[in-house]
Amino acid sequence: MTDATQHPMDGPTPDDALRQAKAADSVDDQGRLLAADGTPLKRSLARSLRVQKIRALALIAPLLLFVLVTFIAPIADMLFRSVENEIVPETLPRTVQLIGDWDHNSGEAPDAELFEAFYYDMAIAAQLKNHTRLGTRLNYEQTGISSLFRQSGRDIEDIGDVYVDQFEDLDEAWEEPATWLALMGDADWRDSYMEWFEGEQAGAPPAFQPSAAASEALPRTVEMYTLFSEFTAGARRDSLAEDEPWPVAYTALYQDLTAQPSATAPFEGEMATLVGAAEDAVADFETVDFRSYFIDEIDEDWGNPEVWATIQTFSGPFTAGYFLNAVDMQETPDGVAMQPDDQRIYGLLFKRTMFMSLTITFCCIALGYPVAYLLATLPMRSANLLMILVLLPFWTSLLVRTSAWKVMLQQQGVINDVLVWLGLVGDGSRLVMINNQFGTIVAMTHILLPFMILPMYSVMSTIPPSYVRAAKSLGATNWTAFWRVYFPQSVPGIGAGSILVFILAIGYYITPEIVGGTTGTFISNRIAYHISSSLNWGLAAALGTILLGVVLILYWAYDRIVGIDNVKLGG
Amino acid sequence: MADTAASDAFVAFERVQKSYDGETLVVKDLNLAMPKGEFLTMLGPSGSGKTTCLMMLAGFETATHGEIKLDGKPINNIPPHKRGIGMVFQNYALFPHMTVAENLSFPLEVRGMGKAEREQKVKRALEMVQMGRFGGRRPAQLSGGQQQRIALARALVFEAELVLMDEPLGALDKQLREHMQFEIKRIADDLGITVVYVTHDQTEALTMSDRVAVFEAGVIQQLAPPSELYEAPQNSFVAQFIGENNTLEGVVEEIGGNRCTVRLDSGDIIDAVPINVSQKGERTRVSIRPERVEFDPQLGDAAHTLTAEVREFIYMGDVFRTRLSVAGNDEFVVKTRNRADQKRLSPGETVRIGWLPEDCRALDAT
Repeated sequence: MTDATQHPMDGPTPDDALRQAKAADSVDDQGRLLAADGTPLKRSLARSLRVQKIRALALIAPLLLFVLVTFIAPIADMLFRSVENEIVPETLPRTVQLIGDWDHNSGEAPDAELFEAFYYDMAIAAQLKNHTRLGTRLNYEQTGISSLFRQSGRDIEDIGDVYVDQFEDLDEAWEEPATWLALMGDADWRDSYMEWFEGEQAGAPPAFQPSAAASEALPRTVEMYTLFSEFTAGARRDSLAEDEPWPVAYTALYQDLTAQPSATAPFEGEMATLVGAAEDAVADFETVDFRSYFIDEIDEDWGNPEVWATIQTFSGPFTAGYFLNAVDMQETPDGVAMQPDDQRIYGLLFKRTMFMSLTITFCCIALGYPVAYLLATLPMRSANLLMILVLLPFWTSLLVRTSAWKVMLQQQGVINDVLVWLGLVGDGSRLVMINNQFGTIVAMTHILLPFMILPMYSVMSTIPPSYVRAAKSLGATNWTAFWRVYFPQSVPGIGAGSILVFILAIGYYITPEIVGGTTGTFISNRIAYHISSSLNWGLAAALGTILLGVVLILYWAYDRIVGIDNVKLGG
Repeated sequence: MADTAASDAFVAFERVQKSYDGETLVVKDLNLAMPKGEFLTMLGPSGSGKTTCLMMLAGFETATHGEIKLDGKPINNIPPHKRGIGMVFQNYALFPHMTVAENLSFPLEVRGMGKAEREQKVKRALEMVQMGRFGGRRPAQLSGGQQQRIALARALVFEAELVLMDEPLGALDKQLREHMQFEIKRIADDLGITVVYVTHDQTEALTMSDRVAVFEAGVIQQLAPPSELYEAPQNSFVAQFIGENNTLEGVVEEIGGNRCTVRLDSGDIIDAVPINVSQKGERTRVSIRPERVEFDPQLGDAAHTLTAEVREFIYMGDVFRTRLSVAGNDEFVVKTRNRADQKRLSPGETVRIGWLPEDCRALDAT
């Protein structure tokens, strides 16, 4: 007999049993096993398990739905914001189409054509009040753009007003909303619109239908009027019947009339007369040169190619700009570059967050291991008491605990007072222990300690004392028995605790916010700042995504090095 | 062996007492002397103090009172790792994070042995338990019996002269357990080591041991070689605990020399060997082994006969087990060999049974 498994009296192995069972069963022509009623066994099995699966799914469905709606979806939305840049192409559609051709290295602002497109985009955005949001967005990339956009939004009406005045001087009919309705709208639409307007105005007004004549002769004007009609339908304050269109429509009208010498042709009757008169008059109108007006009258910054380069760089619907900003880089027209030295903060913050989280994790291991060991080895009564002490912090508010550390550590606080009283520290040179890294590490180690102790304890309590006894009986000293036998078996507990503490620490917000000062804040505090103060959600999302990525990479690395099945939270 | 003086014993317990809570004694006044090379089993029901004795010997518990000596030297104050005693634990306690070879190498490593020598010894130890091919495996990849062998090899690899075993076969199935009993005994004899073996399985104790110490309530009830323990139990507890036993209760009528007369509660009078009865009128419990009882006795004049009624007949293959009602005891069992001429009784029959007075021992009534 060479080993116990070859014992002659050993019973059938599971393999043998399976083989025997197989031989006894019926098999169909494809070699599949059949159940008693003749259906393939696999299908039979699937059917019998289906009910179980459905029941299990039904049981978790409420939670699954809850998590999906309140957790996964918002997170996905938030993460999407880190690359989303729709606001630029949506607000400046005409500009974005043309700006690709502009050479940002020319050292000059773009040509008149681009300024014209930009005028229309800006004038519409100013009416819709979108220009400030766009300014804020671009201000993340280049400081000063926000005020430039706000300023321009105020002044841009002046351009249209030049034409408004001239048209109205020409014929007072141009002041009348009814004139515009008649000129622009399709006859049938006009009737139904007026019916709606004079009625109860219930529901949305009929969608604007341009007349064939207007579409042919005055395309830009129709486009502006259409936008105006959509605005009035949405705003519900103005109406096409009572309000004259935006000044930008007059600019468009002027441009249509000058561009198309025979604009009158499609019109008939009264409208033909009106348009004909205007067509004759526009040649003598005072005109505005968009490019020089923007640069000379509104703001000389419009002549600065850097502003245009920024718009050009961020003209796409998606951008890597937030992510680059989050790692202290920036997207320039010439590609990716580092931020100027004085604006690099995130690399430092990420490094600090990593460093402090690791320090906190190691402090927790060092402080928690002996406690967990005691918990696992003490007799039940004492262990229970100790366990209550470990859990006590959980029953106290996080804010209270953090504030308590403030009381303990501040310069006029308990610890400094005691040190001064003992004469260890001079009254004039009290230690600075709060509002810095030290304070954050101390407070967070305390707060996260239970998350280290509990997994360690649950692993240690499964290590039978006979292992250490065996090691000692084999001649190992107490230390060797611990280090060579006990400790390796407690490593899964350390791993589980460390992952828990590290992941909690790396995203911790409240404690560093309260006791961190300037040198002890984490990346999470910066994310919170961008979410609630600077409102740069894209950057916040990018920072958050990177943080998530770092955690996942560390998790993966841990899995590769230690093995995730070595992590035990119990049993 | 039994009369080895404490002074030249290899292992000696001298007036050892142990209490965990200061109120009750788990081990009461234990005296035990073992010569070198003996295989001694501590047998007893759970809570009888046998494991505590083992732990005191290993150094994991301290004796509350008394002295434990190893090779003549008191070891009370020597920590476990300096005692040089090999130990096999109930659940083997093989280190799960080390391979089999590393487990075996561990005791050598902590003794500062060189690598080449270690490897050689590990190899030899593995071959001794016929596990030479398994050095690279982890304990979890081995079957219970294989783990048992490794645990044994680990306790022996550093050439301990004394090896303690704490119910080492408890987790194995019957077949394997019987095989391992034989194996352990063989290795112990080959190496000439001294073994203290703790178990609650009396078969194990009887088949393996040179001597068996029967524990009950912290006291050794009897310390004797297996045959003596079975055939000449010193008190009722041992008689009941070891093997199957029939008891008849009664009062001592007459006593003298190595014979006494007992009047059973049913009125029958029988002869017996007085073991721990000393005077007339004392209550006693008479013990007779089932296989020493015969039907329709042909044992001669000395034999005692009684009338019995058959209650149950059990066919067990090699033996027949007949349950009878004898002198008011309904649980009286007779075992007879399955011989061709052996009568198979059926319930309700009345038979005569008998035994020799030498096989009938008058013990204490408690």
